[in-house]
Amino acid sequence: MISLLKSMWYVFLHMFSKRVTVQYPEQKNYLPPRWRGRIVLTRDPDGEDRCVACYLCAVACPVDCIALDATEDDNGRRYPDFFRINFSRCIYCGYCEEACPTYAIQLIPDFEMAEYDRQNMVYEKEHLLISGEGKYHGYNFYKYAGLAIKGKGKGEGENEAPPIDPKSLMP
Amino acid sequence: MTLVFYVASAIALLSTIMVVTRYNAVHALLYLVVSLISIALIFFVLGAPFIALLEVIIYAGAIMVLFLFVIMMLNLGEIAVQKEKEWLPKQMWIGPGILSGILFVLIVYTLLQGEQQWAIVEMIGPAEVGAELFGPYIIGIQLAGLMLLAGLIVATLLSKRVKFKEKTEKENK
Amino acid sequence: MNETFQHILIVFGILFGVLTLAAALIWIERRLLGLWQDRYGPNRVGPLGIFIVVADMIKIFFKEDWIPPFADKKVFVIAPTVIMFAVMMSWAVVPVAPGVVVFDVNIGILFFLAMSSLGVYSTVLAGWASNNKYSLLGGMRMSAQMFSYEVFMGLSLMGVVIMAGSFNLTEIVNAQKNMWFVVPQFLGFIIFFIAGLAESHRLPFDMPEAESELIAGFHSEYSGMKFGMFFVGEYVGVTMISAFIVTLFFGGWLGPVLPPFVWFFIKVMFFICLFILLRAAMPRPRYDQLLSYGWKILLPLALLNVLVTGGLVLAFE
Repeated sequence: MISLLKSMWYVFLHMFSKRVTVQYPEQKNYLPPRWRGRIVLTRDPDGEDRCVACYLCAVACPVDCIALDATEDDNGRRYPDFFRINFSRCIYCGYCEEACPTYAIQLIPDFEMAEYDRQNMVYEKEHLLISGEGKYHGYNFYKYAGLAIKGKGKGEGENEAPPIDPKSLMP
Repeated sequence: MTLVFYVASAIALLSTIMVVTRYNAVHALLYLVVSLISIALIFFVLGAPFIALLEVIIYAGAIMVLFLFVIMMLNLGEIAVQKEKEWLPKQMWIGPGILSGILFVLIVYTLLQGEQQWAIVEMIGPAEVGAELFGPYIIGIQLAGLMLLAGLIVATLLSKRVKFKEKTEKENK
Repeated sequence: MNETFQHILIVFGILFGVLTLAAALIWIERRLLGLWQDRYGPNRVGPLGIFIVVADMIKIFFKEDWIPPFADKKVFVIAPTVIMFAVMMSWAVVPVAPGVVVFDVNIGILFFLAMSSLGVYSTVLAGWASNNKYSLLGGMRMSAQMFSYEVFMGLSLMGVVIMAGSFNLTEIVNAQKNMWFVVPQFLGFIIFFIAGLAESHRLPFDMPEAESELIAGFHSEYSGMKFGMFFVGEYVGVTMISAFIVTLFFGGWLGPVLPPFVWFFIKVMFFICLFILLRAAMPRPRYDQLLSYGWKILLPLALLNVLVTGGLVLAFE
């Protein structure tokens, strides 16, 4: 009986302690930089799509919310013809970001994505693509990859040795 | 007040008929509650508010809830309703109907004969009831108390017996 | 004619006052719970969020009123009306101020007990008519809880009745002019308070609805205004129990300086806040604990209280 009264008294004393509520729309909570929120597609420093449409993100996605189709431009660069994320399915697990070999797909600290119409939760490529480089600066896939595109032959990239002719490799 | 009496009596009669004719036990019980409340109202009109409220508290409030509790525990469904229908065919009603019809005629007859002696009554408060109960009727109170005590002891014993049985069974194992 | 008019005024005044208070409790309870749990509670609609009451009412009126196809329709519809009826009728015998009472009878306490015992049907029938396992469990818990706690609810009041020598609530209040009954009848007050909590099935004794085990228990299947009736009925029940505690043990309208009505209101509000504090502070006991606590501790205590009070009153007469 005494313990009950005591607990009542302590609860009553909470009247004078500080409230922990964050008054959300007026007062924003701190989100750490690694917060897994909205998914964006980033560009490389030259302003081209980083995405090479390798489908790894679509495969990694546990809820199958990513859909894309690969195509190739005149320069020999692969890029997604369309890239679609259904955010009403997305669980913000970040597996796509882990799977991405080119830092193209990234999760950013933004969660305010409420919509009145559910159809608006499906983001197309133009909604996903941002004009910056996101979290990883200065990375350009085609500058490192030993892949020939227009204006850059094999072995001309950074930290790349020229290709070795296997026929000249005699002991 | 006479009008109130007649209306309450009519409700009591109707609801009691409904109690007997319902196939669903819970519906029957609900009508029984209504009938008890209307009888309480009759008591009230006749100048016995104490008894009226005791009727509501004890019969309508406690015993009927107990009934309801038991019926709910039994989990009677559509099957029980069907069974009731089979058990109570139309022919069953003839005998009781005639008998209660005769009773009804008798009541109406006596009501018409005795020129409303009951219409002028004095209010009997709780204090008078208490004085009567603990004065001339003290034996009745004590007998009722003894009976309730016996019931209480038996109920306790029954619940204890179950525990004792469980214990011996465990020991035997 | 004038007297009749006055009576009608009292009836509608009390009705209006009680319903307004019950509606305001929607807001008061949430704000107070927030205060005691280090948060705000509703604070968006209007100043301090007070129009949440209006918003809630609009919501509850326009919600789809769904009756499950497997339910017993007639009983399902009747059930919520019973609780409103019972708790509002109980208010009829409460003297708010000297002379301001709807139904000033010499059996006021019995009337209250009768009405609160009729209130059980609401939850029990709702639980049965919903035709749902959890609702049925809620209804059964309610019936067992109510008729065991009713017994010593009545018994705990007998001490007051013996001391005042009347069942009339106005006379009971007048008998407390020298000393509130809470002093000589402290045991009775404690028992009545606990029984009142159980009767109005508020936390910590809300076993019939127990969100965490029974998914709202007897009103799982209710929606719209039918649920609203249970909701408002519960709040009116809280005000009703508070009002009875005040009239029976805390001297009703008696108090210095301020007008009697204000004193009554202040005291009732204090007990309503206490009810809410209990909700904020207490965990729910187990169901069998509640019942055995009632029968094994409260009932003997209530009987002892009646015995000792009766003996002392006889000795000093």
